[in-house]
Amino acid sequence: MNDFSSAAVRLDDVRKTYKTGEVEVQAVRGVSIEIGQGEFVALMGSSGSGKSTLMNIIGCLDRPTAGRYFLDGEDVSSLSRDDLADVRNRKLGFVFQNFNLLARTSALENVELPLLYSAEVLTNVQLREKAEQVLAAVGLEGRGDHTPSQLSGGQQQRVAIARALINDPEVLLADEPTGNLDSRTSVEVMGIFQSLNDKGITIIMVTHEADIASYARRNVVMKDGLVRNDILVQNRLNAVAELERISAGDRLEVAV
Amino acid sequence: MTSKVFARRLRLASTFKIAARALRRNKLRSALTALGIIIGVGAVIAMVSIGNGAKAQVEAQIAGLGENIILIFSGSTTASGIRTGWGGAGTLKIEDAEAIRREVPQVTLVSEEVVSTAQVAAGNQNWFTRIYGESADYFDLRQWSLADGAPFTQQDVRSANKVCVVGRTTATQIYGSEDVIGQVLRIKNVPFQILGVLTPKGLSSQGTDQDDIVIMPYTSAMKRVLGGGTTLRNINAQVASPRDLAPAQQQIIALLRQRHNIREGRDDDFTVRTQEEIAAAATATTETMTALLAGVAVISLVVGGIGIMNIMLVSVTERTREIGTRMAVGAHGRDILTQFLIEAMTLSVVGGIIGIISGIVASKVIAMLKNWSSLISPGSIILAFVVSAGVGIFFGFYPARKAAQLDPIDALRYE
Repeated sequence: MNDFSSAAVRLDDVRKTYKTGEVEVQAVRGVSIEIGQGEFVALMGSSGSGKSTLMNIIGCLDRPTAGRYFLDGEDVSSLSRDDLADVRNRKLGFVFQNFNLLARTSALENVELPLLYSAEVLTNVQLREKAEQVLAAVGLEGRGDHTPSQLSGGQQQRVAIARALINDPEVLLADEPTGNLDSRTSVEVMGIFQSLNDKGITIIMVTHEADIASYARRNVVMKDGLVRNDILVQNRLNAVAELERISAGDRLEVAV
Repeated sequence: MTSKVFARRLRLASTFKIAARALRRNKLRSALTALGIIIGVGAVIAMVSIGNGAKAQVEAQIAGLGENIILIFSGSTTASGIRTGWGGAGTLKIEDAEAIRREVPQVTLVSEEVVSTAQVAAGNQNWFTRIYGESADYFDLRQWSLADGAPFTQQDVRSANKVCVVGRTTATQIYGSEDVIGQVLRIKNVPFQILGVLTPKGLSSQGTDQDDIVIMPYTSAMKRVLGGGTTLRNINAQVASPRDLAPAQQQIIALLRQRHNIREGRDDDFTVRTQEEIAAAATATTETMTALLAGVAVISLVVGGIGIMNIMLVSVTERTREIGTRMAVGAHGRDILTQFLIEAMTLSVVGGIIGIISGIVASKVIAMLKNWSSLISPGSIILAFVVSAGVGIFFGFYPARKAAQLDPIDALRYE
């Protein structure tokens, strides 16, 4: 079902060095990794391991100091600020730990946001149609007019996922997507990720929770700026099954 | 290349949409920010309109003196160290007026003037008023027509006849609503026949009632009210066109110096002023006032602009994560810059338009309440509009640039 032949993300000896005054900090010290189309990768590591820096580079928010980065076959390691912005707009979708939705703005307008910065300009009707489609795809049909404060945490994260999907991105990047969610909602979000991944969308997710990482297909563990471990997940969790188990547990507790 | 330009234009259209959405999200804050500009622009428009109105009023009053007038005042005299002021010395004689009439070719009309005050009476009513003695040319010279009746004639002047015309106020005070033409008015117990009533002029710029007056031949006034004497307080002369004012002024000065035997190097014992000089002095005052008012208003406009900058700066800080999110999903620095500039400009331009409207309304209301006149000049409206848009760009640019230069990673992490 998955096509691993062409790489969605390919890093060639990528390094990132920060200079703070006299001190040089090597956050990423030579990472070479290939992530194929249709993969679901969990990027793990403790804080200071360099996983966030690497994620920023993969997300085209930052440029490597050395090494090359190919996104969907295109060398993006030395693009200008504006060109990187265009790459993010065309090829990447972002999901953040704290959702980063615009306050007092309807779910629909939040989801439309990336389209307003795309080269192709759509009419208001087209914008609305597309936004309604992706909102439906994450199970939020009919909630388009709600503002973030009228939605639960899980629903807000779904709006954010819909926003990430609206440009049909090459890669969906998620930075601690369950960090602000309770465990049940976290499993729900993983369910969405798994079903999106089953439809062929490449997902790269930063997490420090081992159980969340086991919803992915592949785990990359970083330490001290290097990839320490790169393994396929053996006992992969299925979100649908987990949700059923949790519901059964709830019922049990109620019965007791 | 053209497609790139086209794409940029489309992108700008999107940015307008984005800015409009952002402003809508913060309705109250947007309204309060615009309020600073509304008050600033409104104040500029109102103050300038009222200032211009006052200036126009003063100009109209000076024009009411008549056109192309030259005023010749008798000099002041010093007796025992006390100086009497213009008109006090009695250096102007009736013959001086005659000479001007005869020898200065530019002069078309001349009126000898004496001024007094007196208690006037008729029947059992009496009233204290100003008495002006003039020549028969006075009414043409001052462009002061009669509402009723007829003015006195040159024959009346020559014979010092006991005739006069009265102002509306004087007429009403003595006779009420009665018809005054042909009635007899006693001035210092001399009976004068009223020939006519002057067209009302209202208050002068100094606030005196110009209609509280009795005008009679200067000969009659000198002989019967002032009780003899041959000197005039002043002479009013009129020339045909504004071009003639300066040469006529020079000639009158030369003529009077010669007639008064004033030697080279000695001061004149009279003063010659053209209407233009008087007008310049009067409008200078109102212009100073207008400038002062406009200055105060401009300060409030600048304060409004600083308000916009303040709000935009706060909003850049408050919306840092929003800016980071926009950049993450593909906004260029320029898009953010344009968005914040459009937000600032929209606030100031919308504020400017509302300010213009409220300024016009305010100036009309103030003018109505205070019985002043207001004059709205299109220039001040255009200026206020341009300034308010400029304020938006000027004060919006710094916060906008600050927003555009944010690093997306830092912005996304901002708490």
